[in-house]
Amino acid sequence: MTTKMFGQRVPRVEDPRLLSGQGRYLDDLGHDALEVAFVRSPHAHARIVDVDVSAALDVEGLVAIYTYDDLDGRTTEPLPLLIPHPALTHGRTPYALAKDEVNHVGEAIAMVVASDRYVAEDVVGLIQVEYELLPAVVGIERSRDGGDLVHADVPGNVAATMVQEVGDAATMIAAAGHRATLSLSIERSASMPMEGKGVLARWDPDDESLLMHTSTQTSTSVRQAVAAKLSLPVDRVEVVTPDVGGGFGVKIVHPWPEEILVPWAALRLGQPVKWVEDRREHFVSSAHERGQLHEVEFGYDDDGHLRGLSVRFWHDNGAYTPYGLIVPIITSTQLLGPYKPGAYRVEFQSLYTNTVIVTPYRGAGRPQGCFVMERVMDAIAADLGLDRTVVRERNFIQPEEMPFDHGLIFQDGRPLIYDSGDFPASLAKLKALVGWDDFESYRSAARAEGRQVGIGVACYVEGTGVGPYEGGHLRIETDGSVVVSTGLTTQGQGHQTMLAQIVADELGVSMDRIRVTTGDTRRFKYAVGTFASRTAVMSGSAVALTARKVRAKALRIAANALEASVDDLEIVDGHVQVKGSPGSQIDLGAVAVLSNPLRYAFDAGATRATQFAAPADPSVPPVPENDQPGLEGTDYYSPLRSTFANGMHAVVVETDPETAEIKILRYCVVHDCGTVINPMIVEGQVHGGVAQGVGGALYERMEYDAAGQLLNASYMDFLMPYASEVPHIEIDHLETPSPLNPLGVKGAGEAGVIPGSAAIAAAIEDAEGFAIAAMPISPSELFELRRRHAGR
Amino acid sequence: MKPAPFAYHRPSTVAEAAQLLAATQGKILAGGQSLIPIMSMRLASPAALVDLNHVPGLAAIDVTSTAVHIGALTRHAALEANDAAYLANPLLRRALRHVAHATIRNRGTTVGSIVHADPAAEMPAVLRLLGGIVEAVSSERGHRSIDSADFFVGPLESALQPDEVAVAATFPHPPGGSGSSWAEISRRHGDYGLVGVGSLVVLDEGRRITSASVCLISVGGTPVLVDVTDASSGTTYDAVDWTAALELVDAAIDPESDIHATAAYRRQLARVLTGRALAQATADAIARVAA
Repeated sequence: MTTKMFGQRVPRVEDPRLLSGQGRYLDDLGHDALEVAFVRSPHAHARIVDVDVSAALDVEGLVAIYTYDDLDGRTTEPLPLLIPHPALTHGRTPYALAKDEVNHVGEAIAMVVASDRYVAEDVVGLIQVEYELLPAVVGIERSRDGGDLVHADVPGNVAATMVQEVGDAATMIAAAGHRATLSLSIERSASMPMEGKGVLARWDPDDESLLMHTSTQTSTSVRQAVAAKLSLPVDRVEVVTPDVGGGFGVKIVHPWPEEILVPWAALRLGQPVKWVEDRREHFVSSAHERGQLHEVEFGYDDDGHLRGLSVRFWHDNGAYTPYGLIVPIITSTQLLGPYKPGAYRVEFQSLYTNTVIVTPYRGAGRPQGCFVMERVMDAIAADLGLDRTVVRERNFIQPEEMPFDHGLIFQDGRPLIYDSGDFPASLAKLKALVGWDDFESYRSAARAEGRQVGIGVACYVEGTGVGPYEGGHLRIETDGSVVVSTGLTTQGQGHQTMLAQIVADELGVSMDRIRVTTGDTRRFKYAVGTFASRTAVMSGSAVALTARKVRAKALRIAANALEASVDDLEIVDGHVQVKGSPGSQIDLGAVAVLSNPLRYAFDAGATRATQFAAPADPSVPPVPENDQPGLEGTDYYSPLRSTFANGMHAVVVETDPETAEIKILRYCVVHDCGTVINPMIVEGQVHGGVAQGVGGALYERMEYDAAGQLLNASYMDFLMPYASEVPHIEIDHLETPSPLNPLGVKGAGEAGVIPGSAAIAAAIEDAEGFAIAAMPISPSELFELRRRHAGR
Repeated sequence: MKPAPFAYHRPSTVAEAAQLLAATQGKILAGGQSLIPIMSMRLASPAALVDLNHVPGLAAIDVTSTAVHIGALTRHAALEANDAAYLANPLLRRALRHVAHATIRNRGTTVGSIVHADPAAEMPAVLRLLGGIVEAVSSERGHRSIDSADFFVGPLESALQPDEVAVAATFPHPPGGSGSSWAEISRRHGDYGLVGVGSLVVLDEGRRITSASVCLISVGGTPVLVDVTDASSGTTYDAVDWTAALELVDAAIDPESDIHATAAYRRQLARVLTGRALAQATADAIARVAA
């Protein structure tokens, strides 16, 4: 019997390769290519008066310098607004190379192509750009004031205003027994993959085709975009994603200016051209996230039931809006978490600033929303003197209320309906895991030693597995091996392992006979991309459906060969056999041979499929009607709507009374992503998410000064946590399967990051005895907060 | 992040290195842990690098009866791991463990760190606290010894002249009856300290404090040495009250606010860490006397 793979802690098939340095990342490719560097704006907001390249032209190794004026055709247009929305009344996108005006430090003005990156950077240093400075709009308050404008034709710097309301929040709040307000803020951080972006483009003049490698989260959509921008037939463009050293959201944005410019230059020059982003470029010319200010008003009854919630927030979208309103829409809808808000009104403005663009970063607007909602829960508990978990329990949506319709529209344009989840059970598990009920005795014991400790809890719900679709292709080769392809991309999550586990079970073949390819448009043309914790749900389901289809065909052919009924057959370890009768079997490779009627034999196996090899029914064609040669299939999965995972974190911190250092003593997670395919991979995803959550809570921020200069654009000053800063993480699982997909799975990729700031803020608040309204928080900031509270 | 073009020289003697340095107006390359990143970011574009790594004899660690002598190529990690140096002067290892990360210490040199004169770096402060010496050679003026009291001029600025090669540094042993400590708080493991404090406390036979001093980093343009003997002397180790010492330190430092900490927070850390460092150094002195 083949061992069931689904649900097992199967070691990642990727790891031996990646951990032994055998990975092939973008910069490992194209050593014959010309290399690119960019002249980028040193100013946050300026008019470009003149670009003078004369001093640079004599540098040995220089191939070309391009500015906006050199662009042609559709490359002269602004880059696409990827996700339009009716509320996005003033969407703006940049040009591939700045035309007349720059709107953030780091915006590309000129492209230098040279023999190598060293020479290209030498040339960059010799190009003189004359600027006329304009006022820099930095920070949400400054943007909201509207005194100075980022885009002259966008009044008040407002890209969008959006309102959603369920019930009458104002009336419900006014009628509630208790009312309160909160002002909350979250700072900017960023995805910060270890590998930045990178593009390699090769134009084949004989084939008149473009082969492009790019470190992206969506190769199929880059392909469409590049073909459109370069006015090439789509079938002349292929995009391959090599190994990618992390994405975390920033690489779902596309086409980046470089993804247009590099192939454009390769086509123009007739030579391979490559650009590999360096760390400083990544800080100032990719994307950030998180920056929001919230004003919250809420009403609740004596028992702590939320009766009405009204949230107004301002979202800093940076200089442009290529990714539309996805982040603030997610904040505004996912803010509700596992709770029933009574009536709910949310209004947000998405504001321009002269800073790097803001697009989804793992969690994608949810950490902000979770922070807001959990602050509300803690404020209610504090006001009424109730246990914080009791207030949460009282506001939870109950399992018997599933599916639960919030009456709002989610980021996929579909209703916000939770499909499943058992929040009371999850919280009970978490309380047991962290020892919630015993904490007061621990606190007393610590206090006796002069130590100050606190505990916090935060809950979230995460819409995952966003549509519209993904597909899978599967072929059983004549040697019995299985080749699987899906169009979305992988950035190290373990997709090859997870998808192979699914196929192994569906087909009855062992893992080592399965090869999985992702993100290669030569193999699979129709796909959306990797984002929104969707791969297991979308490609997992699609690949499962595909495997079932191919299995059915294999059984049909084998039934014929074995002269048995399909219903009597099973596949065990790569062999189709009559159930319980292993003596009568045929291996899948032989079935693949039989699936493809041949005229020419090239080996002994193939001989079996030639025309004189076996008696055939002369009354039907060799390939029956409505059938195809080959043991392969393609299928797609398109969900009705997103599936909603959830989780709860509890954190114990110690804050040093003298130095204000904040130490995480315990970090406990209860996680429900439906049916778990590989617990080890899921836990790894949670660990990585928690690490980023800790980073966002205690270390990371984008330090822009008033002039729009990013002061900490290096790994020395942008403080991502090292392993030494990430606590040991204790995890428990709950599995409430999703009814929406064939596997019952929900997404797990982003989960770990979402409640980090909320839970850690709550724990610090509990230790310190005063409210925490802004995250992240550093020891210096905690020290200053203490001084302010002591001075009161 | 690629450096601008530069000439590369690989001398095999100190004299040749000094000559090349003067002739090219270049920079000395030893461990390169500060210089190479600065060059890659094009914050510095020296016309030439004079690589000391092939000059024999510069990586030695020589522990004599009076001092630990190290050469220009002595890596932080080698000095940190050297037991003889630790036995003679435990402060070296204690401070070195706070110098960046192990991989950086494997390549970075202690003399290089001293010459770089970053006010947030540990080893300049250790040199200053111990009253150490930097040995320098120029092709024109020959050899000279520079006292640590004169060496640190300002942030990233030392008394070393552009044509001088720092070839060695000397850390005098602390006196008998002494104890030392290093206390530091950084944002993350291995980061530059928000504040760091090295401390040296000397006890007499009656376990009375005869001398006490601290040297602080990240609270001024250079390492800030504060003699707190007067705030403590005469009292025995277990009766000492360091409050007055903390006031002396507070008066001596001039911290600035930056993106990682406010000046007020740095003052708080300076007080807390000075208190901790002095207490640890006193305990260390007692332990060493007992041992």
